[in-house]
Amino acid sequence: MTRLTYREAVRGALRQILASDPRAFLLGEDVGKYGGAYAVSKGLLAELGPAKVRDTPLCESTFVGAGIGAAIGGARPIVEVMTVNFSLLALDQIVNNAATLRHMSGGQVAVPLVVRMATGAGRQLAAQHSHSLENWYAHVPGVKVVAPATPQDARDLLLAAYADPNPVFVFEHVLSYPLEGEVDETSGAAPLGRAIVRRAGTQLTIVAWGGSLPKALAAAEALAAEGVDAAVIDLRTLRPLDLEAIGASVRATRRLLVVDEGWKTGSLAGEIVAQVVETVFFDLDAPPARVCSREVPIPYAAHLEAAALPSVERIVAAGRGVVRG
Amino acid sequence: MSPAREHAVELLRQMVLVRRFEEKCAELYGLGKIRGFLHLYVGEEAVAAGVLAALGPDDNVLATYREHGQALLRGVPPGAVMAEMFGRANGCSRGRGGSMHLFDVERRFHGGHAIVGGGLPVAVGLALADTHLGRAGVTACFFGDGATAEGEFHESLNLAALWRLPVLFVCENNLYAMGTALERHQAVPDLAAKPPTYGIPTERVDGMDVLAVEDAARRAVERMRATPGPAFLEVRTYRFRAHSMYDAELYRDKAEVKRWAEERDPIRLLDDDLRRRGWLDADARAALERGVEQLVRDAVAEAEAGPLEPVEDLERDVLA
Repeated sequence: MTRLTYREAVRGALRQILASDPRAFLLGEDVGKYGGAYAVSKGLLAELGPAKVRDTPLCESTFVGAGIGAAIGGARPIVEVMTVNFSLLALDQIVNNAATLRHMSGGQVAVPLVVRMATGAGRQLAAQHSHSLENWYAHVPGVKVVAPATPQDARDLLLAAYADPNPVFVFEHVLSYPLEGEVDETSGAAPLGRAIVRRAGTQLTIVAWGGSLPKALAAAEALAAEGVDAAVIDLRTLRPLDLEAIGASVRATRRLLVVDEGWKTGSLAGEIVAQVVETVFFDLDAPPARVCSREVPIPYAAHLEAAALPSVERIVAAGRGVVRG
Repeated sequence: MSPAREHAVELLRQMVLVRRFEEKCAELYGLGKIRGFLHLYVGEEAVAAGVLAALGPDDNVLATYREHGQALLRGVPPGAVMAEMFGRANGCSRGRGGSMHLFDVERRFHGGHAIVGGGLPVAVGLALADTHLGRAGVTACFFGDGATAEGEFHESLNLAALWRLPVLFVCENNLYAMGTALERHQAVPDLAAKPPTYGIPTERVDGMDVLAVEDAARRAVERMRATPGPAFLEVRTYRFRAHSMYDAELYRDKAEVKRWAEERDPIRLLDDDLRRRGWLDADARAALERGVEQLVRDAVAEAEAGPLEPVEDLERDVLA
């Protein structure tokens, strides 16, 4: 085990993939000379050369589309998009091509593509760099979506995304990059589509992922001090959803709280609640609750930004409400 | 028969095949056998025939939603194309795509793309894969004049030129972006003036002269094989039929259509040329027509006989 940041863990997995598979290359804006907008790929250009680490012009739609075409052509590109907000410029390629071509061609076209992007708020980057739109991608059949929350998962889920024959979207929360943890650098791919229980508990199931996991765990600690024993499930994969793991926990705790940095309206949290209600309704002792971002474009000012996002305090209050009524 | 003569007759046969196939499609559309959008290539056949004649089996082809011609001439069996339009399981996309989304990956025919401009980045990526993996193929990417107004057109030209990727950009300039005339959608309607600003060798060619199209495509492909990098062909053509079966054609003059169809039909031009040269007599021409008609008849029979995909298989091939 080595103590690594989340950023270093992603970089380690990238290095391992790029160095070992001749079909692989990384492409995106400023992934090379600059070292990546969030310094994830720092040093890889010098180490691996320009055929493996390709700086693109600023043209999200076309470099994502070129990644799709290269994957169809037998290469194994890993595309980095600076932030999820910028990925909207590539949404046509992602939804109309990456997600669609296999089915629309009757199963002929394979798109083994990985797209990584930063997501989430908390760095005062305002409304064009701070949104959490994972649920837009998780809405679409034909893709898989992961949101690693820990350094070990940052490595293992990226390896899994790469090994998968489908288009896989990897969401890395901007606040996760400096997180430190013990990482097994010899580990293999984690299974996609499997949630994991990060904290056992008997009275409440808190479901979180990505950048919300540390908040959910801190909230569970605070609730424990109040005598509320909360389990925390790290979803890890957002499509397909691991309803089995969520359902098993909810059947035991009889209560559900979902933390989602996206907006509540049309959120993934809403989907999770709906699926739980559809499948384990009669095991519930209380209405499920959601802590989501407030319905505003994420603002710049620190106090406003903090007020817009799910906080430990809001999660604690919501958890208390679900358990105590 | 000399190779040149044989080849010219074959190009004629290919264009006639596409023409008769599509005339049959229009008829079947009227009978309700084919539904959805149906975009006919009638008048533009020389573009696909000329360009595809310059490609080899290791090259990639990517086309638009008006791609029956490219599919057929790339070798997708007519029966599989017709069955696709009938929505049958023996269609070349198992009935998932229809007229606009014909695919045959084995023949490196990568579709059938209906987002205008959306195919260009994918074509750049196919060429990127060939380059990255050290393969020699080139990628021919067809698109219309309408696509030149899209951002992805400019982004793709830039990226292909910047990374010296072997993409043959084939602009099928039929003078209308659906119903909007070229000079109503382009500040600079001279489309061949644009790619050189990205450093891309560009040629404009008469898209009604199949031999000229083929010559231009061969020059471009030879250059690309010798010196890595993209090339661009602006092929001037004209669509004799409506944009799709839903188009009332309010945006162009009937006399204009008539003039093009009477004076510039690529099949008639080649017919006349072959007759003048004494390369194709009336009997041989009639035999050619009969052969094509038989192919089209067989294609329809194959489509009619094709099974429907079982509904239980609806969700297959969404993920691997």
